[in-house]
Amino acid sequence: MAKKDFEMTWKDITVGCIIHEPGSAAQYKTGDWRSQVPVWDKAKCVKCGRCFGFCPEPCIVQDEEGYYEADLYWCKGCGICAHECPKGAITIEQEEK
Amino acid sequence: MSKRVGTEASFAIADAAILADVDVVAAYPITPQTHIVEHLSEVVADGELNAEFICVESEHSAMSACLGSAAAGARTFTATAGQGLELMHEVLYIASSMRLPIVMAVSNRALSGPLNVWGDHSDVMATRDCGWIQYFTENAQEVFDLSLCAFKIAEDPNVLFPVMVHMDGFNVSHVVEPLEMLEKDDIGDFIPPMNFPHPLDPNKPVTMGAFAPPVLYTECRKSQEEALRPSKQTIIKVWNEFGERFGRQYKPVETYKTEDADTLLIAIGSFTETATVAVDTLRAKGEKVGLVRMRLWRPFPFDELRDAVKDAEKLIVFDRCISYGGPGGPLCSEIKSALYGSKEQKPVVNFIGGLGGRDITPEQFEQMFSRGREIIDNNLDIQYETIGVRE
Ligand code: SF4
Ligand code: SF4
Repeated sequence: MAKKDFEMTWKDITVGCIIHEPGSAAQYKTGDWRSQVPVWDKAKCVKCGRCFGFCPEPCIVQDEEGYYEADLYWCKGCGICAHECPKGAITIEQEEK
Repeated sequence: MSKRVGTEASFAIADAAILADVDVVAAYPITPQTHIVEHLSEVVADGELNAEFICVESEHSAMSACLGSAAAGARTFTATAGQGLELMHEVLYIASSMRLPIVMAVSNRALSGPLNVWGDHSDVMATRDCGWIQYFTENAQEVFDLSLCAFKIAEDPNVLFPVMVHMDGFNVSHVVEPLEMLEKDDIGDFIPPMNFPHPLDPNKPVTMGAFAPPVLYTECRKSQEEALRPSKQTIIKVWNEFGERFGRQYKPVETYKTEDADTLLIAIGSFTETATVAVDTLRAKGEKVGLVRMRLWRPFPFDELRDAVKDAEKLIVFDRCISYGGPGGPLCSEIKSALYGSKEQKPVVNFIGGLGGRDITPEQFEQMFSRGREIIDNNLDIQYETIGVRE
């Protein structure tokens, strides 16, 4: 994207506000919305992948060992992963910014 | 070769859509618009028109289906009236902001309650600010001609806005009239193939209808407004081309016996035809009166209006709609704001009538002239008067 949102004038708006760049939603930093953050306890995790499947963003990624973690660029702190985890391996904590 | 036929205005509109070779019609029948879509569904079912007719469960769905169809690059037509137009309301704004060249005929109808299926302008006026190009027609010929023009205007690369073609419910929609019907050969290349610049295409994906946070919404609104205003030039260009090719000329504001007139009646829609009778009668008595017929409603023809009224001293505006608790009729408000502060500012009186299908006679238009002048001459503080109401 050439210009940032706040730099765009009305003349930069495309006809019909169409976005011509596919997949551009990935650039949108939904992590900005977050006030709480999921924290994983690997000791409890059984690598079932349920959190990965339920994350609406979806921003949960697997590390080399097969454990899961959230990419905080997109994680909204919604808590769905923690709610769905059958092992109670994820807790939602207040984020200090 | 064009041929002279007798037909109902609703069928004439459907015929215009057929001539324009529409690809998709998504509509829901509602009085007094039903004959338009009924006719279109018949020709599609009979294989006379190669189009998709989408039967939807409501007008909200009708307009939503039109969005998808136009976004895919299909020439799209629909029609509605009254409550149906109101049910479409939120989707109308999306069509214009997405710049989708949908054409819609509206058989203007009163709004409930009390339930009333007859004509007035309550439905149109409630959609005034939805960002569509909107214009009025007064008889079957006009509605046929101007529906054809609507496709060319909407799809012009300099425009790309949806267009509403208004006609008075019943007074126009259901009247059988003689008209000059154009045929495929006459039309020739008047309406070029639909060429929507960014149609939905899996090979070239785009995002339509995304969201705009506060940091962008104002810019989006301004870009839409800056595109709609100059569309007037294209509208005039298309109407002029139509006039040159087919011999019938249309203008944003049309006048009748306004030369040397000191008092002008301004009205919109088919009742202006009745008003011409009143003007003729008063002229025969030596009164200097004339008529201004508003055709283009959005974008509003400010310059043309000011020019049409510049030599008059008094203006009388007739509305077929009430703005409850407001300044009177919506047409009158617009006329007043168009003239306020300009050098054409002059006294304006407002009459409201013809609501929910009630007729206005030539004599009542004569009354508006005399009563209007009385109000102005005596400086009476009257916001508006209702014509033909039992007191
Ligand atoms: S908190 Fe919500 S967004 Fe963040 S990782 Fe969990 S499920 Fe995904
Ligand atoms: S849902 Fe819980 S147990 Fe399953 S992978 Fe995610 S954190 Fe581990």
